[in-house]
Amino acid sequence: MSKGNIARFENVGLRYGLGPEVLRDVTFTLDSGSFHFLVGESGAGKSSLLKLLYLALKPSRGLISLFGSDIATTPRPTLPGLRRQIGVVFQEFRLLEHLSTFDNVALPLRVAGVKEADVNRHVTELLEWVGLKDHMKSRPPTLSGGQQQRVSIARAVIARPKLLLADEPTGNVDDRMALRLMHLFEELNRLGTTIVVATHNMALVDSLGYPVMRLDAGALSVIEGSGNKSAAREWRESRESAQSGERAADRADTRQAQAQARARRERLRSETDDADTDPPGIENFL
Amino acid sequence: MLGVKRSDLPLDKDAHSRFLPWLIAFMVFLAVLAIGGILVLNATAERWDQGVGGTLTVQIAATEDAGKDQNNLQEVLNVIAAQSGIERYLVIEEERMMALLEPWLGSAAEAGDLPLPKLIDVGLADEARFDLKGFTRQLQLRVPEATVDDHRVWLQRLVNLIHTVELIALAILVFIALATMGTVIFTTRTGLAVHKEAIEVLHLIGAQDSYIAGQFAGRAMILGLKGGLIGLTLGLPALLSVGYLADSLKDAALPDLSFGIFEWALFAAIPLSVAFLAMSTARSTVLRALRRML
Repeated sequence: MSKGNIARFENVGLRYGLGPEVLRDVTFTLDSGSFHFLVGESGAGKSSLLKLLYLALKPSRGLISLFGSDIATTPRPTLPGLRRQIGVVFQEFRLLEHLSTFDNVALPLRVAGVKEADVNRHVTELLEWVGLKDHMKSRPPTLSGGQQQRVSIARAVIARPKLLLADEPTGNVDDRMALRLMHLFEELNRLGTTIVVATHNMALVDSLGYPVMRLDAGALSVIEGSGNKSAAREWRESRESAQSGERAADRADTRQAQAQARARRERLRSETDDADTDPPGIENFL
Repeated sequence: MLGVKRSDLPLDKDAHSRFLPWLIAFMVFLAVLAIGGILVLNATAERWDQGVGGTLTVQIAATEDAGKDQNNLQEVLNVIAAQSGIERYLVIEEERMMALLEPWLGSAAEAGDLPLPKLIDVGLADEARFDLKGFTRQLQLRVPEATVDDHRVWLQRLVNLIHTVELIALAILVFIALATMGTVIFTTRTGLAVHKEAIEVLHLIGAQDSYIAGQFAGRAMILGLKGGLIGLTLGLPALLSVGYLADSLKDAALPDLSFGIFEWALFAAIPLSVAFLAMSTARSTVLRALRRML
């Protein structure tokens, strides 16, 4: 996995028209292979920040660099090339209702001009993996919320993006499904994808313990974890201001925290087994 | 982008674009008539130019005195004979004059009853170099009753008129093209608005503008071709039936509507050029709209 940063924001400000700034002096760096949660009250600017990240919006000021390219100076025709390295799971899925599950998932490959034979193979494999093999020809409106979510995730990861952004991916599903999704994201992260998940679900954030970017009225504070999940717990603990002393700074603590997190995950995973066929493992696909 | 076979946007199910082929068909119908008109006028102007050009008519008004009339005719013929640049001349006989007048006066009219002028049809060797002014002056000096009727002036006016009508027809063609473009632009804009969400998703997934524009362009091309063919199917029979009716009148002054290979190729090109026009218009409309997105 090549090191370096996937995204860099420096003093980024965003305002819509002449309105107040919804994002103020946002500065952070997403290292390659990192996993971040993005939290904040509604209206704090989470979606706006994600929109800047997936190149739906231009910042009003400040510098954004994605995959080493300064967005402000990147010529417009090369932006699609950057977008193709970003997978987005939209909050409201944004599936194309007139297209079948298969065609929806195939979209990023077709847009990139991948040969139809390869499209067929990849999409079939991935749909099998997310348990939608029997729904390949179904249209999104005929699918359940959970199924639609899996389609939208499949679409986001089909082109093997370097950066995966998810906006409230757990907003429309029950807790079990939310956790299964998170496990999927973790698998992808393990294989090198940089991941940012915006969520309201603090229980989820706490249970996984990844570094947290927190937006507060447009201002960002990053509780850096550098893959160290205890830092996230620190943040949680300071937030709850119950126990404030324990600083897990040394490696032993880290290892212990990770083991705990893993154990907790295993437990949740067994709890969340439901009627749906369990995915056979992402290794088969990637 | 002619190569887009599969469409990611459900453009073929759009209700608002269903009327487009019929609007285009109507435009093409008008275009076929305009082009037919231009072709006919062109051919007519050419024929008249060749047919009547290079001749003039000398007319000698009849007087009360038959002897003087005979004298006048002889004098005029002398002048014509002396004039250089005249290829041939012919005094039009009274029977022929009566035949020409018959439709207006009826067969009852007797030659003797009417003071008929004498007409002399003069053919010129080289119209451009003929000294018309000198000839006219000479003629009127010797025979005041004689007048020269120069077809060139009359013909020139007629040809000018034809060319003006042709220009108007061309202007109509331009307006038809503009109206077609306008129709395509509005249909495309409606399509952009209807499929805003899908287009945005395609855009965010990393679709190039040309990928999205290609889908609209491909659709517009099909609709344009469809409209073009319908319009041609309706327009050609209309044009040909006008030609058939004109033909059955057998009047030399009416235009000839028999088309050659070039004319047929021109008509066959109409649906293709309309399809191309629709395609490129849709494409540029979408590209312009997408440029507003980041």
